[in-house]
Amino acid sequence: MALGAEASGRLAALLRDNAEQVTKRWTEIVAASLRGRLSQAELRRQLEELHRALVATGEQGTIDLDTEHATELRAVLAELSRGWARQGFSATETAIAVFALKDALLELIEARGGEGALRDYVAFAGLIDQMGLFTFESFVRTRESLIADQAEQLLELSTPVVKLWEGVVAVPLVGTLDSARAQVVMERLLQTLVDTGSPYAIIDITGVPAVDTQVAQHILKTVVAARLMGADCIISGIRPQIAQTIVALGIEFGDIATKASLADALRHVLRLSGVETARRQSRRDA
Amino acid sequence: MTAGVDLGHPQAQAIQSDEDVVRVRQLVRTVAVAAKLSLVDQTKLVTAASELARNTLVYGGGGTVEVTTVDNGRRRGVRILFADSGPGIVDLDLALTDGYTTGGGLGLGLSGARRLVDEFEIDTGAGKGTRVTVTKWAR
Repeated sequence: MALGAEASGRLAALLRDNAEQVTKRWTEIVAASLRGRLSQAELRRQLEELHRALVATGEQGTIDLDTEHATELRAVLAELSRGWARQGFSATETAIAVFALKDALLELIEARGGEGALRDYVAFAGLIDQMGLFTFESFVRTRESLIADQAEQLLELSTPVVKLWEGVVAVPLVGTLDSARAQVVMERLLQTLVDTGSPYAIIDITGVPAVDTQVAQHILKTVVAARLMGADCIISGIRPQIAQTIVALGIEFGDIATKASLADALRHVLRLSGVETARRQSRRDA
Repeated sequence: MTAGVDLGHPQAQAIQSDEDVVRVRQLVRTVAVAAKLSLVDQTKLVTAASELARNTLVYGGGGTVEVTTVDNGRRRGVRILFADSGPGIVDLDLALTDGYTTGGGLGLGLSGARRLVDEFEIDTGAGKGTRVTVTKWAR
Protein backbone atom coordinates (compact mmCIF):
# COMPACT_ATOMS: atom_id res chain seq x y z
CA MET A 1 0.00 0.00 0.00
CA ALA A 2 1.45 3.36 -0.99
CA LEU A 3 1.36 6.37 1.29
CA GLY A 4 -0.04 9.55 -0.32
CA ALA A 5 2.17 12.61 -0.75
CA GLU A 6 0.50 14.56 2.06
CA ALA A 7 0.57 11.73 4.55
CA SER A 8 4.15 10.98 3.54
CA GLY A 9 5.13 14.53 4.32
CA ARG A 10 3.43 14.32 7.72
CA LEU A 11 5.14 11.02 8.48
CA ALA A 12 8.54 12.37 7.44
CA ALA A 13 8.03 15.49 9.58
CA LEU A 14 6.87 13.42 12.54
CA LEU A 15 9.86 11.09 12.26
CA ARG A 16 12.32 13.94 11.74
CA ASP A 17 11.08 16.13 14.57
CA ASN A 18 11.07 13.26 17.03
CA ALA A 19 14.07 11.40 15.63
CA GLU A 20 15.77 10.83 18.99
CA GLN A 21 12.60 9.67 20.75
CA VAL A 22 11.43 7.38 17.92
CA THR A 23 14.71 5.57 17.35
CA LYS A 24 15.24 5.18 21.10
CA ARG A 25 11.80 3.62 21.65
CA TRP A 26 12.09 1.57 18.43
CA THR A 27 15.46 0.17 19.54
CA GLU A 28 14.06 -0.69 22.97
CA ILE A 29 11.12 -2.65 21.54
CA VAL A 30 13.26 -4.60 19.05
CA ALA A 31 16.00 -5.22 21.63
CA ALA A 32 13.43 -6.77 23.97
CA SER A 33 12.44 -9.33 21.32
CA LEU A 34 16.08 -10.17 20.50
CA ARG A 35 17.11 -10.77 24.12
CA GLY A 36 20.62 -9.41 23.71
CA ARG A 37 21.74 -11.29 20.65
CA LEU A 38 22.56 -8.04 18.90
CA SER A 39 24.24 -5.19 20.76
CA GLN A 40 22.06 -2.15 21.50
CA ALA A 41 24.55 0.15 19.76
CA GLU A 42 24.61 -1.93 16.58
CA LEU A 43 20.82 -2.29 16.54
CA ARG A 44 20.42 1.45 17.12
CA ARG A 45 22.80 2.17 14.23
CA GLN A 46 20.83 -0.06 11.82
CA LEU A 47 17.46 1.34 12.85
CA GLU A 48 18.76 4.93 12.61
CA GLU A 49 19.86 4.19 9.08
CA LEU A 50 16.41 2.86 8.24
CA HIS A 51 14.88 5.91 9.92
CA ARG A 52 17.04 8.25 7.83
CA ALA A 53 16.10 6.47 4.61
CA LEU A 54 12.42 6.65 5.52
CA VAL A 55 12.59 10.40 6.27
CA ALA A 56 14.56 11.09 3.09
CA THR A 57 12.03 9.18 0.98
CA GLY A 58 9.05 10.82 2.71
CA GLU A 59 10.39 14.31 2.05
CA GLN A 60 10.42 13.60 -1.68
CA GLY A 61 6.68 12.86 -1.73
CA THR A 62 4.73 9.62 -1.98
CA ILE A 63 6.29 6.69 -0.18
CA ASP A 64 5.74 3.60 -2.29
CA LEU A 65 8.27 0.79 -2.18
CA ASP A 66 7.66 -0.02 -5.85
CA THR A 67 8.67 3.39 -7.19
CA GLU A 68 11.99 4.73 -8.38
CA HIS A 69 12.72 7.17 -5.55
CA ALA A 70 12.29 4.49 -2.88
CA THR A 71 15.43 2.75 -4.14
CA GLU A 72 17.46 3.78 -1.11
CA LEU A 73 14.76 2.69 1.31
CA ARG A 74 14.53 -0.69 -0.43
CA ALA A 75 18.31 -1.06 -0.33
CA VAL A 76 18.44 -0.32 3.41
CA LEU A 77 15.61 -2.80 4.12
CA ALA A 78 17.21 -5.49 1.95
CA GLU A 79 20.60 -4.90 3.59
CA LEU A 80 19.06 -5.23 7.06
CA SER A 81 17.25 -8.49 6.32
CA ARG A 82 20.26 -9.94 4.49
CA GLY A 83 22.45 -9.23 7.48
CA TRP A 84 19.95 -10.69 9.93
CA ALA A 85 19.34 -13.79 7.80
CA ARG A 86 23.08 -14.48 7.68
CA GLN A 87 23.45 -13.95 11.43
CA GLY A 88 20.81 -16.61 12.04
CA PHE A 89 17.90 -14.46 13.21
CA SER A 90 14.47 -15.89 12.40
CA ALA A 91 12.14 -14.44 9.78
CA THR A 92 9.74 -13.35 12.54
CA GLU A 93 12.46 -11.49 14.42
CA THR A 94 13.53 -9.71 11.26
CA ALA A 95 9.96 -8.71 10.41
CA ILE A 96 9.34 -7.56 14.01
CA ALA A 97 12.31 -5.21 13.70
CA VAL A 98 10.30 -3.33 11.07
CA PHE A 99 6.85 -3.77 12.61
CA ALA A 100 8.10 -2.40 15.95
CA LEU A 101 8.15 1.04 14.34
CA LYS A 102 4.32 0.92 14.53
CA ASP A 103 4.40 0.75 18.32
CA ALA A 104 6.90 3.56 18.52
CA LEU A 105 4.77 5.67 16.16
CA LEU A 106 1.52 4.88 17.96
CA GLU A 107 2.93 6.29 21.20
CA LEU A 108 3.97 9.46 19.40
CA ILE A 109 0.66 9.94 17.62
CA GLU A 110 -1.32 9.23 20.77
CA ALA A 111 0.66 11.82 22.67
CA ARG A 112 0.09 14.39 19.92
CA GLY A 113 -3.61 13.62 19.51
CA GLY A 114 -5.55 15.76 17.06
CA GLU A 115 -8.19 15.15 14.43
CA GLY A 116 -6.55 13.02 11.72
CA ALA A 117 -4.50 11.01 14.21
CA LEU A 118 -6.32 7.72 13.66
CA ARG A 119 -6.42 8.06 9.88
CA ASP A 120 -2.72 8.91 9.81
CA TYR A 121 -1.83 5.98 12.00
CA VAL A 122 -3.73 3.53 9.80
CA ALA A 123 -2.01 4.91 6.70
CA PHE A 124 1.42 4.74 8.34
CA ALA A 125 0.71 1.22 9.55
CA GLY A 126 -0.17 0.17 6.00
CA LEU A 127 3.18 1.43 4.75
CA ILE A 128 5.04 -0.32 7.56
CA ASP A 129 3.23 -3.56 6.69
CA GLN A 130 4.47 -3.20 3.14
CA MET A 131 8.00 -2.63 4.42
CA GLY A 132 7.68 -5.68 6.67
CA LEU A 133 6.61 -7.88 3.77
CA PHE A 134 9.47 -6.59 1.67
CA THR A 135 11.88 -7.45 4.49
CA PHE A 136 10.34 -10.88 4.70
CA GLU A 137 10.84 -11.49 1.00
CA SER A 138 14.48 -10.40 1.02
CA PHE A 139 14.98 -12.58 4.07
CA VAL A 140 13.62 -15.64 2.25
CA ARG A 141 15.68 -14.83 -0.85
CA THR A 142 18.84 -14.62 1.25
CA ARG A 143 18.07 -17.93 2.94
CA GLU A 144 17.37 -19.59 -0.40
CA SER A 145 20.67 -18.43 -1.83
CA LEU A 146 22.39 -19.67 1.35
CA ILE A 147 20.79 -23.09 0.86
CA ALA A 148 21.77 -23.20 -2.81
CA ASP A 149 25.36 -22.31 -1.85
CA GLN A 150 25.42 -25.00 0.78
CA ALA A 151 24.06 -27.62 -1.63
CA GLU A 152 26.88 -26.75 -3.98
CA GLN A 153 29.44 -26.93 -1.19
CA LEU A 154 28.05 -30.30 -0.09
CA LEU A 155 28.52 -31.68 -3.58
CA GLU A 156 32.18 -30.69 -3.31
CA LEU A 157 32.60 -31.79 0.29
CA SER A 158 30.94 -35.15 0.18
CA THR A 159 33.02 -36.73 -2.55
CA PRO A 160 36.62 -36.94 -1.42
CA VAL A 161 38.92 -39.57 -2.89
CA VAL A 162 41.46 -40.59 -0.27
CA LYS A 163 44.66 -42.57 -0.56
CA LEU A 164 44.61 -45.47 1.91
CA TRP A 165 47.85 -47.13 0.99
CA GLU A 166 50.44 -47.07 -1.75
CA GLY A 167 48.37 -47.98 -4.82
CA VAL A 168 45.01 -48.05 -3.01
CA VAL A 169 42.49 -45.20 -3.19
CA ALA A 170 39.07 -45.11 -1.53
CA VAL A 171 35.85 -43.13 -2.06
CA PRO A 172 33.69 -42.97 1.08
CA LEU A 173 30.17 -42.24 -0.19
CA VAL A 174 27.85 -40.45 2.24
CA GLY A 175 24.19 -39.63 1.74
CA THR A 176 22.06 -39.75 -1.35
CA LEU A 177 23.77 -40.74 -4.57
CA ASP A 178 21.85 -38.99 -7.33
CA SER A 179 22.98 -38.65 -10.94
CA ALA A 180 24.79 -35.36 -10.36
CA ARG A 181 26.80 -36.70 -7.44
CA ALA A 182 27.45 -40.04 -9.13
CA GLN A 183 28.96 -38.12 -12.03
CA VAL A 184 31.20 -36.09 -9.70
CA VAL A 185 32.28 -39.25 -7.86
CA MET A 186 33.12 -41.09 -11.07
CA GLU A 187 35.13 -38.18 -12.48
CA ARG A 188 37.07 -37.72 -9.24
CA LEU A 189 37.82 -41.40 -8.90
CA LEU A 190 38.99 -41.87 -12.48
CA GLN A 191 41.15 -38.73 -12.30
CA THR A 192 42.69 -39.87 -9.01
CA LEU A 193 43.43 -43.30 -10.51
CA VAL A 194 45.33 -41.56 -13.30
CA ASP A 195 47.12 -39.11 -10.99
CA THR A 196 48.26 -41.70 -8.48
CA GLY A 197 48.63 -44.66 -10.82
CA SER A 198 46.73 -46.80 -8.32
CA PRO A 199 45.72 -50.30 -9.41
CA TYR A 200 43.05 -50.61 -6.67
CA ALA A 201 40.01 -48.54 -5.76
CA ILE A 202 37.61 -49.11 -2.87
CA ILE A 203 34.08 -47.65 -2.99
CA ASP A 204 32.71 -47.51 0.54
CA ILE A 205 28.92 -47.21 0.87
CA THR A 206 28.64 -47.31 4.68
CA GLY A 207 27.13 -43.82 4.60
CA VAL A 208 24.53 -44.50 1.91
CA PRO A 209 21.19 -45.03 3.68
CA ALA A 210 19.42 -46.95 0.88
CA VAL A 211 20.76 -48.67 -2.20
CA ASP A 212 18.10 -48.77 -4.91
CA THR A 213 18.53 -49.76 -8.55
CA GLN A 214 19.61 -46.27 -9.58
CA VAL A 215 22.34 -46.07 -6.92
CA ALA A 216 23.46 -49.61 -7.82
CA GLN A 217 23.56 -48.70 -11.48
CA HIS A 218 25.72 -45.63 -10.77
CA ILE A 219 28.12 -47.73 -8.68
CA LEU A 220 28.28 -50.45 -11.35
CA LYS A 221 29.03 -47.90 -14.07
CA THR A 222 31.82 -46.39 -11.95
CA VAL A 223 33.31 -49.85 -11.38
CA VAL A 224 33.18 -50.68 -15.10
CA ALA A 225 34.80 -47.36 -16.00
CA ALA A 226 37.58 -47.93 -13.46
CA ARG A 227 38.14 -51.41 -14.86
CA LEU A 228 38.47 -50.03 -18.36
CA MET A 229 41.33 -47.98 -17.00
CA GLY A 230 42.94 -51.09 -15.59
CA ALA A 231 42.01 -50.63 -11.93
CA ASP A 232 40.27 -53.18 -9.72
CA CYS A 233 37.28 -51.97 -7.71
CA ILE A 234 36.05 -53.32 -4.40
CA ILE A 235 32.73 -52.26 -2.87
CA SER A 236 32.76 -52.11 0.92
CA GLY A 237 30.46 -51.08 3.73
CA ILE A 238 27.56 -53.34 2.84
CA ARG A 239 25.47 -53.55 5.99
CA PRO A 240 23.06 -56.47 6.67
CA GLN A 241 19.89 -54.53 5.80
CA ILE A 242 21.46 -53.26 2.57
CA ALA A 243 22.57 -56.78 1.62
CA GLN A 244 19.04 -58.13 2.14
CA THR A 245 17.53 -55.30 0.13
CA ILE A 246 19.96 -55.81 -2.75
CA VAL A 247 19.12 -59.54 -2.84
CA ALA A 248 15.36 -58.87 -2.82
CA LEU A 249 15.71 -56.27 -5.56
CA GLY A 250 17.61 -58.80 -7.67
CA ILE A 251 20.66 -56.62 -8.27
CA GLU A 252 23.73 -58.66 -9.19
CA PHE A 253 27.20 -57.36 -8.64
CA GLY A 254 28.66 -60.19 -10.71
CA ASP A 255 32.36 -60.77 -10.14
CA ILE A 256 32.88 -57.46 -8.32
CA ALA A 257 34.43 -58.06 -4.92
CA THR A 258 32.25 -56.80 -2.04
CA LYS A 259 33.15 -56.58 1.64
CA ALA A 260 31.25 -55.78 4.83
CA SER A 261 33.69 -53.16 6.06
CA LEU A 262 36.39 -50.86 4.75
CA ALA A 263 38.94 -52.71 6.88
CA ASP A 264 38.06 -56.01 5.20
CA ALA A 265 38.36 -54.40 1.80
CA LEU A 266 41.78 -52.93 2.61
CA ARG A 267 43.02 -56.28 3.94
CA HIS A 268 41.72 -57.97 0.78
CA VAL A 269 43.51 -55.48 -1.47
CA LEU A 270 46.76 -55.68 0.48
CA ARG A 271 46.74 -59.46 0.17
CA LEU A 272 46.09 -59.15 -3.58
CA SER A 273 48.99 -56.75 -3.98
CA GLY A 274 51.29 -59.02 -2.01
CA VAL A 275 51.72 -56.88 1.10
CA GLU A 276 52.34 -59.10 4.11
CA THR A 277 50.34 -58.22 7.18
CA ALA A 278 51.19 -59.85 10.45
CA ARG A 279 49.97 -59.30 13.96
CA ARG A 280 52.77 -58.33 16.26
CA GLN A 281 53.11 -60.74 19.13
CA SER A 282 52.44 -59.24 22.50
CA ARG A 283 55.31 -59.31 24.97
CA ARG A 284 53.64 -61.74 27.36
CA ASP A 285 53.37 -64.43 24.68
CA ALA A 286 56.99 -64.09 23.67
CA MET B 1 -8.72 -55.12 -1.45
CA THR B 2 -5.98 -55.08 1.12
CA ALA B 3 -7.02 -55.44 4.72
CA GLY B 4 -6.34 -52.99 7.48
CA VAL B 5 -7.73 -49.84 8.99
CA ASP B 6 -6.14 -46.50 8.30
CA LEU B 7 -4.69 -44.81 11.34
CA GLY B 8 -4.50 -41.07 11.20
CA HIS B 9 -4.26 -38.90 8.16
CA PRO B 10 -2.26 -39.96 5.14
CA GLN B 11 0.77 -37.79 4.53
CA ALA B 12 0.88 -36.61 0.94
CA GLN B 13 3.79 -35.46 -1.15
CA ALA B 14 4.02 -34.45 -4.79
CA ILE B 15 6.58 -36.11 -7.05
CA GLN B 16 7.77 -33.62 -9.65
CA SER B 17 11.56 -33.72 -9.45
CA ASP B 18 14.54 -35.77 -8.28
CA GLU B 19 14.54 -33.82 -5.00
CA ASP B 20 10.97 -35.00 -4.42
CA VAL B 21 12.13 -38.62 -4.70
CA VAL B 22 14.57 -37.89 -1.86
CA ARG B 23 11.73 -36.29 0.15
CA VAL B 24 9.55 -39.37 -0.42
CA ARG B 25 12.35 -41.56 0.94
CA GLN B 26 12.68 -39.37 4.03
CA LEU B 27 8.92 -39.26 4.58
CA VAL B 28 8.61 -43.05 4.26
CA ARG B 29 11.52 -43.59 6.63
CA THR B 30 9.98 -41.28 9.25
CA VAL B 31 6.60 -43.05 9.07
CA ALA B 32 8.25 -46.50 9.06
CA VAL B 33 10.26 -45.64 12.18
CA ALA B 34 7.09 -44.38 13.89
CA ALA B 35 5.29 -47.63 12.95
CA LYS B 36 8.14 -49.55 14.60
CA LEU B 37 9.27 -51.46 11.53
CA SER B 38 12.60 -53.24 11.99
CA LEU B 39 15.72 -51.72 10.45
CA VAL B 40 15.71 -54.29 7.64
CA ASP B 41 12.02 -53.68 6.89
CA GLN B 42 12.53 -49.91 7.01
CA THR B 43 15.34 -50.18 4.50
CA LYS B 44 13.32 -52.49 2.25
CA LEU B 45 10.28 -50.21 2.32
CA VAL B 46 12.34 -47.06 1.73
CA THR B 47 14.09 -48.73 -1.20
CA ALA B 48 10.78 -49.91 -2.69
CA ALA B 49 9.35 -46.40 -2.26
CA SER B 50 12.42 -44.96 -3.95
CA GLU B 51 11.95 -47.26 -6.97
CA LEU B 52 8.22 -46.58 -7.29
CA ALA B 53 8.63 -42.82 -6.79
CA ARG B 54 11.22 -42.74 -9.54
CA ASN B 55 8.91 -44.75 -11.82
CA THR B 56 6.13 -42.25 -11.10
CA LEU B 57 8.49 -39.43 -12.02
CA VAL B 58 10.23 -40.94 -15.05
CA TYR B 59 7.46 -43.00 -16.68
CA GLY B 60 4.32 -41.38 -15.24
CA GLY B 61 5.54 -37.83 -15.80
CA GLY B 62 5.16 -36.98 -12.12
CA GLY B 63 2.36 -37.67 -9.66
CA THR B 64 1.62 -37.92 -5.97
CA VAL B 65 2.38 -40.22 -3.07
CA GLU B 66 0.39 -40.86 0.09
CA VAL B 67 1.90 -42.55 3.14
CA THR B 68 -0.42 -43.95 5.83
CA THR B 69 0.09 -45.95 9.00
CA VAL B 70 -2.32 -48.92 8.97
CA ASP B 71 -3.42 -51.51 11.51
CA ASN B 72 -5.03 -54.88 10.76
CA GLY B 73 -5.85 -55.67 14.38
CA ARG B 74 -2.74 -57.72 14.98
CA ARG B 75 0.01 -55.75 13.39
CA ARG B 76 0.89 -52.24 12.40
CA GLY B 77 2.20 -51.39 9.01
CA VAL B 78 2.82 -48.67 6.50
CA ARG B 79 0.84 -48.31 3.29
CA ILE B 80 2.04 -46.17 0.41
CA LEU B 81 -0.01 -45.18 -2.62
CA PHE B 82 1.70 -43.86 -5.74
CA ALA B 83 -0.55 -42.30 -8.37
CA ASP B 84 0.16 -40.72 -11.71
CA SER B 85 -1.92 -39.89 -14.76
CA GLY B 86 0.75 -40.83 -17.27
CA PRO B 87 0.45 -43.20 -20.23
CA GLY B 88 -0.08 -46.29 -18.03
CA ILE B 89 1.50 -49.72 -18.49
CA VAL B 90 0.30 -51.60 -21.57
CA ASP B 91 1.80 -55.03 -20.84
CA LEU B 92 1.95 -55.46 -17.06
CA ASP B 93 3.45 -58.97 -17.14
CA LEU B 94 6.27 -57.74 -19.32
CA ALA B 95 6.84 -54.70 -17.08
CA LEU B 96 7.08 -57.00 -14.06
CA THR B 97 9.74 -59.16 -15.75
CA ASP B 98 13.22 -58.85 -14.24
CA GLY B 99 15.55 -56.96 -16.52
CA TYR B 100 12.88 -55.48 -18.78
CA THR B 101 13.12 -51.70 -19.14
CA THR B 102 11.99 -49.09 -21.62
CA GLY B 103 14.25 -46.50 -19.98
CA GLY B 104 17.95 -46.85 -19.29
CA GLY B 105 17.70 -48.53 -15.89
CA LEU B 106 18.44 -52.04 -14.71
CA GLY B 107 14.82 -53.16 -15.26
CA LEU B 108 14.49 -54.26 -11.64
CA GLY B 109 12.60 -51.36 -10.08
CA LEU B 110 8.99 -52.53 -10.39
CA SER B 111 9.66 -56.25 -9.98
CA GLY B 112 12.18 -55.62 -7.22
CA ALA B 113 9.79 -53.31 -5.34
CA ARG B 114 7.17 -56.09 -5.42
CA ARG B 115 9.62 -58.47 -3.73
CA LEU B 116 10.56 -55.87 -1.09
CA VAL B 117 7.04 -55.39 0.31
CA ASP B 118 4.35 -57.65 1.80
CA GLU B 119 1.42 -56.51 -0.32
CA PHE B 120 1.61 -55.11 -3.82
CA GLU B 121 -1.31 -53.91 -5.93
CA ILE B 122 -1.18 -52.22 -9.27
CA ASP B 123 -4.02 -50.66 -11.22
CA THR B 124 -3.04 -49.56 -14.68
CA GLY B 125 -3.83 -49.74 -18.36
CA ALA B 126 -2.97 -47.95 -21.58
CA GLY B 127 -3.96 -44.30 -21.22
CA LYS B 128 -5.45 -44.54 -17.70
CA GLY B 129 -2.43 -43.74 -15.57
CA THR B 130 -0.94 -45.96 -12.90
CA ARG B 131 -1.79 -46.47 -9.22
CA VAL B 132 0.51 -48.65 -7.16
CA THR B 133 -0.31 -49.53 -3.53
CA VAL B 134 2.27 -51.27 -1.36
CA THR B 135 2.06 -52.31 2.29
CA LYS B 136 4.74 -53.49 4.69
CA TRP B 137 3.73 -54.96 8.05
CA ALA B 138 5.79 -54.79 11.22
CA ARG B 139 6.90 -58.21 12.41
